[in-house]
Amino acid sequence: MRYAYYPGCSLHSTARDYDLSARAVCRVLGIELEEIPGWVCCGASSAHMTSELLSIALPVHNLNIAKEMGLDTVACCAECYSRLKIANREMRARKNGRVAEVDEVVGNTYRGESEVKHLLEVIAGDYGLDALRERVVEDLSDLRVAAYYGCLLVRPPEVTGFDDPDQPMVMDHIVTALGAKAVEWPYKTECCGSSLSLTRTDIVLKLCHDIYQKAADQGADCLLVACPLCQANLDMRQPQVNRQYGTRFELPVLYFTQLIGLALGIPSADLGLSKLMVSPQQLLARTGLRQPA
Amino acid sequence: MSQELPSRESRLAFVRQVRERGAEDPALCYQCGKCTAGCPVAYAMDYPPHQIMRGVQLGMRDTVLSSRTIWLCAACETCSTRCPQGVEPASVMDALRRIAYAEGIRSPERDVPLFHSIFLGSVRLFGRIFEAAMIGSYNVLSGHLTKDVPMAPRMLLKGKLSLLPPRAEDGKALRRIFAKAAELEGKQT
Amino acid sequence: MARIGVFICHCGKNIASTVDVERVAAQAAELPGVAFAADYRYMCSDPGQRLIAEAIEEHNLDRVVVAACSPSLHEPTFRGCIEDEGLNPYMLEIANIREQCSWVHDDREEATEKALELVNIARAKVARSHPLLRSTIPITKRALVIGGGISGIQAAIDVGLAGYEAVIVEREPSIGGRMAQFDKTFPTLDCAACILTPKMVTVARDKNIKIYTYAEVEEVTGYVGNYTARIRVRARSVDPDKCTGCGSCWQKCPKKVDSEFDQHLGDRTAIYIPFPQAVPRVPVIDRDNCIYFQRGKCRLCERACDVGAIDYEQEDQIIEEQFGAIIVATGFTLFDHSVYGEYGGGQYADVVTGLQFERLVNSCGPTEGKILRPSDGKPVKTVVFVQCVGSRDREKGMEYCSRLCCMYTAKHGLLFKEHNPDGEAYVFYIDIRAAGKNYEEFVRRAQEEFGVHYLRGRVSRIYEENGHLVVRGADTLAGMQVEIKADLVVLATGLIARDDAVEVARMLGIPYDQNRLFTEGHPKLAPVETVTSGVFLTGACQAPKDIPDTVATASAASAKALGLFSHDCLESEPMVAQIDPALCSDCRACVESCPFGAIEEIEWRDMMTRQMRTVAHVIESLCHGCGNCTVACRAGAPNLSGFSHEQVFAQVEAV
Repeated sequence: MRYAYYPGCSLHSTARDYDLSARAVCRVLGIELEEIPGWVCCGASSAHMTSELLSIALPVHNLNIAKEMGLDTVACCAECYSRLKIANREMRARKNGRVAEVDEVVGNTYRGESEVKHLLEVIAGDYGLDALRERVVEDLSDLRVAAYYGCLLVRPPEVTGFDDPDQPMVMDHIVTALGAKAVEWPYKTECCGSSLSLTRTDIVLKLCHDIYQKAADQGADCLLVACPLCQANLDMRQPQVNRQYGTRFELPVLYFTQLIGLALGIPSADLGLSKLMVSPQQLLARTGLRQPA
Repeated sequence: MSQELPSRESRLAFVRQVRERGAEDPALCYQCGKCTAGCPVAYAMDYPPHQIMRGVQLGMRDTVLSSRTIWLCAACETCSTRCPQGVEPASVMDALRRIAYAEGIRSPERDVPLFHSIFLGSVRLFGRIFEAAMIGSYNVLSGHLTKDVPMAPRMLLKGKLSLLPPRAEDGKALRRIFAKAAELEGKQT
Repeated sequence: MARIGVFICHCGKNIASTVDVERVAAQAAELPGVAFAADYRYMCSDPGQRLIAEAIEEHNLDRVVVAACSPSLHEPTFRGCIEDEGLNPYMLEIANIREQCSWVHDDREEATEKALELVNIARAKVARSHPLLRSTIPITKRALVIGGGISGIQAAIDVGLAGYEAVIVEREPSIGGRMAQFDKTFPTLDCAACILTPKMVTVARDKNIKIYTYAEVEEVTGYVGNYTARIRVRARSVDPDKCTGCGSCWQKCPKKVDSEFDQHLGDRTAIYIPFPQAVPRVPVIDRDNCIYFQRGKCRLCERACDVGAIDYEQEDQIIEEQFGAIIVATGFTLFDHSVYGEYGGGQYADVVTGLQFERLVNSCGPTEGKILRPSDGKPVKTVVFVQCVGSRDREKGMEYCSRLCCMYTAKHGLLFKEHNPDGEAYVFYIDIRAAGKNYEEFVRRAQEEFGVHYLRGRVSRIYEENGHLVVRGADTLAGMQVEIKADLVVLATGLIARDDAVEVARMLGIPYDQNRLFTEGHPKLAPVETVTSGVFLTGACQAPKDIPDTVATASAASAKALGLFSHDCLESEPMVAQIDPALCSDCRACVESCPFGAIEEIEWRDMMTRQMRTVAHVIESLCHGCGNCTVACRAGAPNLSGFSHEQVFAQVEAV
């Protein structure tokens, strides 16, 4: 299993722990990730909200390099994943006025040759849940995890297609395969506020508060995410939410790769656990998992 | 005091412009409200999503393009996933944002388009977002000088923020992409 | 020598304003074989027809061309006109110079030229026409009614009242259909069973009506007036002649099964009648779930029965019966809302359908009429009704409106408030369709008198939380989101065609549309007929409709059938194909090409070789004169009367 790896901007900065843990886990599982040389930002929401051409051209620029590498592409960030997949859809469409224009902008004739997958799909699908279960060495049975999917992993279903848009289960299945308890809760796919993080922080605080509340109501110990923006909102803004709403949520927000890493016995330093703003120390100690570095 | 509808020509022209900017088909909307019902940000909007669809149908350009709504939309795609008519309201929102941005139409939510231009500016310069500079510029240009500043030290300590910019290897290709895209899109109505 | 009369119609201004009809008439008079030509303002009118009649007499015409509107409008008129004058009615050709000329062209000169061409083509054909004789078909004056719901019951009652025999074939163990499952009916709030059961009894007692229940029509062959139906009467495992309907057997039966009648909200036993007022009151053993049939044990029902009516050895019966007309009353089923993942995907016990709510609110239902949550049996304080689930949804459901749901939802809201005056009822709607008599008033009553709250907006999501349901909708009139915590949610699921609708349509040789609803003869003017003579439609199998419309179409369909039966025999159109056996090589191309199965193979003595050989032969009573066979055959063996090879080639050459 070898993939062209598209980390996306966050994984080299605010979501460095996601990149670290993803690489560590893939190394152990034998999934080869070859970072796309010279990759550039996919444009995220800022591109598609202001310029249709740019929003397709930037992903195509990256995917074309992956095509030349002769590999399918894997992304960890849900926004990047969505933008890359949409670019593939646009470039594969037979009757689409945009294709010729994009060719002109990027200077190549990419036509969707590199398939795009999210790391969740690769681990749960290509690698396999049964195989994953075999590699677990730690006991996670005391851990109650609320898997939070957010928006772009499951919507729009014609683009993503790998899980149910209303009751997605891929992360829940991974949690169960790892031996932890996947909590049933109703806010798996409710938006966290995404790119409004800086501009309308009040909205993000409200939406995150609701997410924490619903997860806590069902007895979750922590949230599990597969997107750096969701993680940034839910993790970094948690103290602010508590101040604003007078609540006392203490829900560590882990990347799913960090949880897999814990289950596989990978050292905490390699998983970037110390980078979490809401510390998982107490939780991990309480559930007997380990004392993180 | 009654208000006349915008002329038929201007109505059709607006719908055409919106479709050319990537929207599905706002004419299909039959105002069922399912988009508004599921929108996580509707509570903060001046016009809920279904009213924006109606505004496009009625050619109410000014109202719609200068609304808070189009910039508060988080592009969560809940509306598009659930719309029974295949209108894809999220795509209509995108199209409206693109038109408003290109034409420089101001909205009371001035911070959001400002953020997007700073974000893209960073991408154009460095190939990737340079978060420290981006947040810094945003704070300065938006006038919220001290926003999120208390978080900065912790983020630096945890290695989440870098003070050095990333490096795009193919800066020329990037500038070319931006220039070409602007040129081709500038030709659009 | 042919003596052709040509008559050009002005059709007021319709033809004359574009075509120079006088000139066409004048030029037509010069065409070969034409003995007389004239033009007139309205040929179809009495004076117009008199003009034709007089011309036939005066000029000894033996065949006629009328250049006017489409033959689909007045061909029978003119056929009748010339027949009255002693001519064979098939010595007539219509040239359509209206729909095919004056209505579609602007240039007067070109249109006039074309009109003359069309007249000439018709002339060339009629010159080669032969008199054709209609044959008669006998009629079996018995009606087959497929389906024993209210539509089938009403149709059978009407046929029986007129003194003719009707046979109802009903798939379920009892007649009664959907109406038997309803509680009260709008707008009168009559109890459904109370108004239905008298009709069920009427139909059971009528000596003219035979009812087969737990039975299905498996095959239909034949044609109008002469249908043969093969009916499978499934084995009930109970002898209906001995059974008294006392109920001892189903009271003793130990096996509990999900009740289809109660829409899976309650149980029934393996030996059962579907509801207390069942007709016939003879139980059925569900062999798939009966302990004796599955594992060889039990037999409690046999012991409980005083009259020895249980018969485990009973077998399906195949019955063949003859009919002259078929009335299709197969009804509808409900849209499966599990495709809406946002509403729970069918997994939430307390999210039910409208029909399930009927069972909950009905005193003979699984909760004896108390409105309780299916999940935990607790009373319902807040109920939310969601309209248009599966209807008006081109993305995940049917594009059409199911017509009834606004009304039955208003009824449900009203009944809920009647049962629980302290409870709250909310209805999420997009539009209110209440077009029937007293319907609008009924919806207003639900709101004004009973306090049902109406919110305009679709529901985006329903989820379960801490033992209740959260409904996230909108009120577009107030421009806001609305979130309601409910104990029960009722989805007004749409009415759709049954799963086997296509097989039934194929069995009967009738068309169906993109929604698998059976197609009526004409959407405006023939709502209960089909294009297949002798097959009539009633009820929801043609389109969703309420009880008044269903009963109306049932009586309309039976009137059509009775119209057939009022003749001693039927005249069949003589424009059928005949196959020249001398040219036939039995390649079967025509057999395969005939959409009506009207071509058979027969043994024929070939006079050239003096041997018997197999050739194709047209069954004239089944032939619709479509002409497929004439095209399929390489040798040109089939010829279509009224559209013969000679005629068609003459028309082509006349252009």
